[in-house]
Amino acid sequence: MLTIKDLAVKFPSRFGDFSAISDVDMTIAPGEIHGLVGESGAGKSTVGAAVIGLLSAPGYIANGTLTLGDTDLRTLTEDQAHAIRGDRISMIFQDPQTSLNPLMTIEDQLIETIQAHSDVSYSAAHKRAVDLLEEIGIKDAAKRIKAYPHQFSGGMRQRVVIALAICTDPELIIADEPTTALDVAVQSQVLDLIRRLAKDRKIAFMLITHDIGVIAQIADRVTVMRQGRVVETGETAQVLGAPTQPYTRALMDAVPPLDRRIDRFRVPAEEGHLAASAGISNAAEKWLLEGQQQAPMGLSLKDICVRFAGPRTSIFRKPDPYIALQDVSLEVKPGSIMGLVGESGSGKSTLAKAITGLIKPSSGTMTLGDLDLPGGKSRSRHHPSRQLIQMVFQDPYSSLNSRHRVGAILAEPLWFYGTVQDAQERTKLAAAMLDLVGMAPDAIDKYPHQFSGGQRQRIAVARALLARPRFLICDEPTSALDVSIQAEILNLLKDLQAKFGLTILFISHNLAVVRQMADDTAVLRNGQIEEINASEKLFSSPEAAYTQKLLALTPVMPTDWTALRA
Amino acid sequence: MIAFVKRYEGLWLFVHSPAAIVAALVALMIFLGAVLAPWLALVNPYDLASFSLFDGLLPPVWQDGANPKFLLGTDDQGRDMISSILYGARLSLVIGLAALTIAAVLGVGLGLAAGYYGGRFDAIVMRIADVQLALPAILTALLIDGIARGILPAAVQQDLRVAVLTLAIALSLWVNFARTARASTFVQMNKEYVQAAIMMGQHPLRVMFVHILPNILGPLLVIMTVDLASAILLEATLSFLGIGLPADSPSLGTLIRIGMQFLLSGEWWILWIPTLFLVALVVSINILGDFLRDVFNPRLR
Repeated sequence: MLTIKDLAVKFPSRFGDFSAISDVDMTIAPGEIHGLVGESGAGKSTVGAAVIGLLSAPGYIANGTLTLGDTDLRTLTEDQAHAIRGDRISMIFQDPQTSLNPLMTIEDQLIETIQAHSDVSYSAAHKRAVDLLEEIGIKDAAKRIKAYPHQFSGGMRQRVVIALAICTDPELIIADEPTTALDVAVQSQVLDLIRRLAKDRKIAFMLITHDIGVIAQIADRVTVMRQGRVVETGETAQVLGAPTQPYTRALMDAVPPLDRRIDRFRVPAEEGHLAASAGISNAAEKWLLEGQQQAPMGLSLKDICVRFAGPRTSIFRKPDPYIALQDVSLEVKPGSIMGLVGESGSGKSTLAKAITGLIKPSSGTMTLGDLDLPGGKSRSRHHPSRQLIQMVFQDPYSSLNSRHRVGAILAEPLWFYGTVQDAQERTKLAAAMLDLVGMAPDAIDKYPHQFSGGQRQRIAVARALLARPRFLICDEPTSALDVSIQAEILNLLKDLQAKFGLTILFISHNLAVVRQMADDTAVLRNGQIEEINASEKLFSSPEAAYTQKLLALTPVMPTDWTALRA
Repeated sequence: MIAFVKRYEGLWLFVHSPAAIVAALVALMIFLGAVLAPWLALVNPYDLASFSLFDGLLPPVWQDGANPKFLLGTDDQGRDMISSILYGARLSLVIGLAALTIAAVLGVGLGLAAGYYGGRFDAIVMRIADVQLALPAILTALLIDGIARGILPAAVQQDLRVAVLTLAIALSLWVNFARTARASTFVQMNKEYVQAAIMMGQHPLRVMFVHILPNILGPLLVIMTVDLASAILLEATLSFLGIGLPADSPSLGTLIRIGMQFLLSGEWWILWIPTLFLVALVVSINILGDFLRDVFNPRLR
């Protein structure tokens, strides 16, 4: 039904036209869920935008044909294109927070959309809106329809966005990362809904995502893109189960499996500088090992509670505190990796902040080795834990000071902790450390913005190591990265941990990643520990009902693709 | 070439913005003229021997009765208008820049600290800022002037007029800096690089000035240019009203005040030339400020 042929999109710039996508061919049949995967910058979203005619200026379609049914989408006038948008093609965006108007009730938004596309009375539109909400699984729709978007949870909001998209009976819906901002439980509900709509209403979906697990779960056919070109396309089971292209194979290798633990990820050798080491990493390695006189240190948390002041509602009464963590007790064994998983808002990052002394627990004790860790501001600036505990943050774009050169960023811990007195020595060591984490040593003269996300994360790891830590907290270190880069970073962390006997607290919402990394795993929910166990045991035979649910809902790669094809 | 242009994005935008180029040229010429006044000016308005009453009230060269020696005419004392303006701009710019520096140091320091510490300290600093905003600059100037007159011996009062005026202007400008610095600091405080620095146990002053300050310089630079224009205008206003500098030290404001007396007697140039000069200076600085804001805020491009 949707046919794309030889599509090319270009963005004019001061330096000549930049070709965003070229030679893209794709067909989507009615009722088909067509997955479009690729890493960031592959041009997935550009394809979607070109189809719906919403390419961000000054981008333009340079070549190719786009046909929906028997309508040529490229020859439409502005008005005709506008009429088709919403009527025959709809769109679902990534963030349900921003794709709904916060000042209009759900009712008004639905009725407005319905009336914009068909000439029906208000009461008829209202009835249709209620029916739609019921169809997509919102209970008590007649009452809930009066609510404002902020009164719905994230998953409910995404359902409303889907209701908006289908209220005009479109033939094609372009879903751009529709579940990326959602937790696994909500994600699986939304995916079920999409599958049902495709089946019952024969709506074709173009499902744009970077998550191959999602594709494996619901897409009928899949197109793999890379650098603006189609790498491979076909039945999902065939493309993902028996990839013919090396890139697809590498992509599949990089996806961490949930059902087993693999020691190292296979990483395409052409990427990164790992292959061409400058050979000065020995200096950094020796320096790090010098600092290893101390035995590996474990971390023990006892009954940690963290409360935040709630919103004040009265001048005279203290507001009820918001409980972020309740009686959290953890034992991270020396030299091991403890995984910490949980959905957003479960208190994972709060725990990391409590350990690093950024916030003060209201009760409980923390000890690192035999060192007592005072909480929050009562931990002095010269407390030894300031050096022993280091952290790798989630967002490599904000964790490095963009106004400092990489060399200065890396030399800072050496200077600050007084481990290396000589400035030239510091620079030398920083370069050696860059080599150790797989970066070209000449990076020290550059600024962070000159590097990609994965490279910045390597720099962040190097900075943490230059403090000679014994305990490393990794807070979602790969969730902002593409899978192949994620695989590289995870390999790096594993290597470093093994070499230098680090103890690591590995925080992630991604169960599969934690399974690959952690010796033990703790599951956090609403500020409380649901289950702690050795990873092998926790993942193979989870005890807590919540853990079982999380594991069941996480999209997995089928081990046997032939079964799926049947 | 491409790499070069990408690297100097701001320069590229500058070259392609005629308004910014003209404004920069005008501002540059005025700055140079002010700095080089002692060498450029025909007469020195501070030196009674360098001008003569006989040259008084000569019109600009394109009018009848002009002396080609004085291109833009002379005032009633026989002082060359160009010389007076150059010396006046010199004084105005010195006061403006000094006031700006004091305001920036005070405002950025307080704003950074308020954003960094938050809580009670932030509340106190910002309430003081609110009070400051409620007082018109002229009132602040009068207040400081009054206090200075009260506590300083009469002998040094005349010498300290410039200092008093500068302080008054600085006090009415620091709030802009404090508010912007505080808001930007709040944004940066949530960034992980700041948390990393705090976690390491770095001194708060180091976190503020080494880590946060370079990241919030953009908006501060914009305020600096716009506020330089405000400072110059404020000085002119205060001097015009007679609160600022005495008539014998010709800042742009004093020149305009003197010119007022001749507005109705036919000697229009004594008022209009310094006024137009002031407008040109302020407008060009403001255009530069707007341009800088566009450079630092890619969303407006």
